[in-house]
Amino acid sequence: MNELMFFIEVSLAGLGSGALLALTALAFVLIYKATRVINLAVGEIMMLGAYLFMAFTAGMGLSAWIALPLAIAGGALTGAIVERGIIRPMLGESAISTFMVTVGLGSVIVGLVELIWGTEPRSLPAFISSAPVFLGDAYVSRKIVVSFVVASVVIATFLILFRFWRGGVALRATATDQAAAYSCGINVPRVFSIAWTISCGTAAGAGVLLGAIGGLSSAMGAFGLSALVVVIVGGLDSVLGALIAGLCLGLIQSWAGTYLGGEYQSVVTFGLLIIALMIRPYGLFGTHEIERL
Amino acid sequence: MVSDSLGATEQLKVEGVTLSFGGVKALRDVSFSVKSGSISALIGPNGAGKTSMFNCISGFYQPSAGKILLDGQDISRMRPPGRAKLGMARSFQNIALFRGMTVLDNIKLGRHAHMRTNLLQAFIYAGAAAREENALRAEIEERIIDFLEIDHIRNKPVSVLPYGLQKRVELARALAMQPRILLLDEPVAGMNREETEDMARFILDVKEEWGVTILMVEHDMGLVMDISDHVTVLNFGEVIASGLPAEVQADPLVAEAYLGSGDPAALMRKLADEAAGETAA
Repeated sequence: MNELMFFIEVSLAGLGSGALLALTALAFVLIYKATRVINLAVGEIMMLGAYLFMAFTAGMGLSAWIALPLAIAGGALTGAIVERGIIRPMLGESAISTFMVTVGLGSVIVGLVELIWGTEPRSLPAFISSAPVFLGDAYVSRKIVVSFVVASVVIATFLILFRFWRGGVALRATATDQAAAYSCGINVPRVFSIAWTISCGTAAGAGVLLGAIGGLSSAMGAFGLSALVVVIVGGLDSVLGALIAGLCLGLIQSWAGTYLGGEYQSVVTFGLLIIALMIRPYGLFGTHEIERL
Repeated sequence: MVSDSLGATEQLKVEGVTLSFGGVKALRDVSFSVKSGSISALIGPNGAGKTSMFNCISGFYQPSAGKILLDGQDISRMRPPGRAKLGMARSFQNIALFRGMTVLDNIKLGRHAHMRTNLLQAFIYAGAAAREENALRAEIEERIIDFLEIDHIRNKPVSVLPYGLQKRVELARALAMQPRILLLDEPVAGMNREETEDMARFILDVKEEWGVTILMVEHDMGLVMDISDHVTVLNFGEVIASGLPAEVQADPLVAEAYLGSGDPAALMRKLADEAAGETAA
C-alpha cells in the first residue's frame, strides 16, 4: 500500500512539472503557429521573467500579486521588441537563419542577466506557502499544485481561443499562406507581433513558477530544451499536443528520476525524442506538412 | 472623380508608376485606368511586368514613383489589409488558398477584413459575436456558394480539390471580401477548355450581377478578347498600347511585342490557330 501511495505521489509531482513543461511548450507553439519560427530563446525568456520577478519582489519590495503581472509584462515587452527589432527584418530569410538568431538571443539574455544579477544561484521569496497539499492521503508540494492549476487554466484558455476566436483562425491562415492572408485583410505583421508578445509573456510567467519551484540561476534556461522535446513530440503547431506531450513527459521524467535515478532523466527524455521522431516526424498531433528540422 | 462621356467613373487609376528592384526597372512610368463596372485586362509577353503591376496595386510592392488611386483616394502608401477594407480583393497566379482548411473556412476568412468584433468583445458579447458569425455564414452560403456552384464541396479541405475548383474557391474567397474591385491574376491559367468557359461565365456574372469592377492579368487571348471591355498592353515595363480589344489586337506595336514582327494579321492568325488548336484538343 505504501508502495502504491509513493507511486501516486511521484506521479502527481510528475503531472505538476509536466503542466509547467506544457506551459513552456505553449510559448514555442504560439510563435511557430504564426510565424514558422522556432524561438530557441524561450528558456532564457523564462529565466528573465523569473529574475524580473525577483527584482520586483526582493529588490523593490512589491507584493507578489503586483510583481507577477509586471514580470509577465516585462517578458511580453521583450518579445515585442525582439520581434520588431530582430525577427521582422529577417522576414524572407531561411528558417535556419532565424533559428540561429534566436540561439544568439538566448546567449545575449543569459549575459545580460549575469551582468545585472550575478552568476550565483538565488531563490525567490516564498510567495506560495510551503504547506503541503494532501489529495486523499497523497502528499503534494503546494508549489506543484499551484503550477499545475495555473498552467492548466492558461492552456485551456488558449485551446478555447484557437477554437472559437476568429483571430485564432487568422493566425492559422497567416501560418498557411502569408501573402493570401495579407490580401484577405489580415494584418500579418501585427499577427507576428502579437504572437511574439503573448508567447514571451507566457514564458516569463512560466519562468516565475519554475523559479518558485527550483530556484533561480543563469542556467535555468535549459528547461526550455525539455519543453522543446515536448513540442517536437507533440507537434510544433498543436496546443493540444503540447498539453498532452507535456504531461506525459513530466510523468515519465518523474518516474525515471525516482525509480531509475536522476541520471536517467535526460537519457529517457531525449531517447523518447528520438523514438518519437522516428515514428511521427511531424509530431503526434502536428500538421503533416511541417518540415523536419 | 473623373467621368468620361459614357458617365462611368474611373474606379482605379494608376499614374506614372515606376518600380525598381536595385537597378532594374520592372515598371517605367505606367499609367492606365479602370472604369467602374468594367472588365479590364492587363496583357503582355512574359516578364512584361504584369504581376509586378498587380503587386503594386494590391500593396505588396511599394512603387518607387507614381500614384495609385482607388475611387479618387490615393492608396499608394497603404498596406494590403487597408486596401482590403476599402474593397480591393485579389487572386493569385499560383493558387494561394489556406491549405488544410475547408472550402467554407477559406471563404469565411475572406470576410475577415470586415468583421467588427475584436477579441475582448468576442469574450464579453459572445451572443453578438455569434449572431454576426451566423449572419455571415448565411450570407456566404446563400450568395457565393450558390453563385459559384460549389455547394457540393463546401466542407471538403481545399487541398483535395482539382485545380479548376481550387481556382473557383479562390474567387469565392475574394467575393466574400465584398470587393468593389477584383484583381484576378491569370484566372484561367492551366485550365482546360471547359473550365475556362466556366470561369469566363463567372467573371462576366461577377461584373453584371454583383457590379464588381474587374482587372485581370491573363495570357489566354481568346478569353481577353471575348470578355474585356478595355485592354492595356505592357512590354518591358512600359505601356505600349491601350484601348478596346479590337483596337489593341490591330496595333502593330502589340504584334511586334508578341511575335517580333509588326504584322497584326500574323497575330490574328496566331490567335486563330491557338483557338482552333484548343478546340481540337
